Amino acid sequence: MSFISNYIKEVYGAVSSLLIGMKRTGYYLTHNKEVITEEYPEFRAKMADRFRGEVVMTHDAQNEHACTGCSACELACPNGTIKILNKFDITPEGKKKKAIDSFVYHLELCTMCNLCIVACPTDAIKMSQNFEHSVYDRRLLTKQLNLPGSKLREGVE
Amino acid sequence: MFSIEKILNSFHEWLSSMLNQNMVMLLEMALIAFFAITLFATLGLVLVYLERKVSAFIQIRKGPNRVGPFGIFQTTADTLKLIVKESFMPDSVDKFLYQLAPFIVMITAMLLLAPLPFARGVQIWNINIGVFYVTAVSSLSVIGILMAGWASNNKYSLLGAMRSGAQIVSYELSAGMAILSIIVLTGSLNLQDIIASQENGWWIFKGHIPAIVAFVIYIIAVTAETNRAPFDLAEAESELTGGFHTEYAGMRFALFFLAEYINIFIVCAIGATLFFGGWMPFHIGNWEAFNHVMDFIPSSIWFFGKTFFLIILIMWFRWTFPRLRVDQLLNLEWKYLLPISMLNLLVMTLIAIKGWHF
Repeated sequence: MSFISNYIKEVYGAVSSLLIGMKRTGYYLTHNKEVITEEYPEFRAKMADRFRGEVVMTHDAQNEHACTGCSACELACPNGTIKILNKFDITPEGKKKKAIDSFVYHLELCTMCNLCIVACPTDAIKMSQNFEHSVYDRRLLTKQLNLPGSKLREGVE
Repeated sequence: MFSIEKILNSFHEWLSSMLNQNMVMLLEMALIAFFAITLFATLGLVLVYLERKVSAFIQIRKGPNRVGPFGIFQTTADTLKLIVKESFMPDSVDKFLYQLAPFIVMITAMLLLAPLPFARGVQIWNINIGVFYVTAVSSLSVIGILMAGWASNNKYSLLGAMRSGAQIVSYELSAGMAILSIIVLTGSLNLQDIIASQENGWWIFKGHIPAIVAFVIYIIAVTAETNRAPFDLAEAESELTGGFHTEYAGMRFALFFLAEYINIFIVCAIGATLFFGGWMPFHIGNWEAFNHVMDFIPSSIWFFGKTFFLIILIMWFRWTFPRLRVDQLLNLEWKYLLPISMLNLLVMTLIAIKGWHF
């Protein structure tokens, strides 16, 4: 008769364990107050401090940046994301001085490896927190990081 | 008092006064076909929305909440997307069977609508073997599923279809046994008679413990018959990439998807009719005053309320239990459900013969 008692025990165990699960989910079904969903467009998650969103160039209030155009970042970049186009300014003393014309950044090629930021001797570029990179045209992913009309900050060599 | 039966009767008289008898019949058939299609579309939208909300609440999420207030137009938008989507056909499929299969599944679901009593006196086709008709026709849907799996010319589809075949054929037995135990009590296969026999209380209360056991077995078996989790081995996304409808896209896929939800509605409606009295309001024995108060709620609301209660129960199963393996599935049916339902039927017969039920 142990077969029959085992059988009944199995059925009882199965039903009771299923009911325990249903009690738990039934509680959630009827108490939908503690929703863990973060509603995205209204609520944007704060990224970690060291989150690597995209490379940006920091400009101060006078629209001045710290990029000397040394192209250390361009050399450090493993997949050719950064192209620096230089120009030569004529200083008042009549000497030619190297400065950047445009700092071209291809976001679509970037792997966020952070090597350009490590390589930069003047801390001109940094990683931003922005993670919303979708655009309708991929040409929009090629960015110029130095703002128009910006120039090198005094004292940065 | 609001009554669909009176509206329908006066509409029928109005039609009869204007047209001859054959024209009235043809027109009413056309109207019923229109009603069936409308009901299907509405039910599909409502049930998919309900399922998404129930699953979201169980998983402590919010569910659809963008399209319209509380996301109620989400499923409408999804359906529009599926309609305009290209319904492409793979090259190596059996073209005829591939195109036929979704319609077989859909037509089976539509046929099942005929004997359902939606409210007091509202029934498309009152046949004296209603329950038998439902059990017989509902097993046809396996043909559509097997057809889809075979015609797709894809190993995953075929595996899913074969699993579905094994599953539906075996679980029909215990579903039939559970239905039989109520038939034993009522002594009639006519759905109207079954409802009328629950005038003084629903069978789940009147039939003692065997009725409750029969109800539990019925709800398990129909969950398996409609290929829903925890018995969704025929689809089994993680193993078979969608099972029998892997190769279907667009509106053909949507027909399978819709048929699944319509089948849930139909089995829940049958379950509500057999165990919870269909459109019969909640009556307790001879409590005249209480019964009279309950009669004020329209019978259609009772029917849909009970049906949706069972639907939510089945959805609750889906989002709680993990999927079974094939051997576990067949063990459950042949080693547990079938012996228990046979024993239960025996006890129920004893109760019916001795008249021990209320």
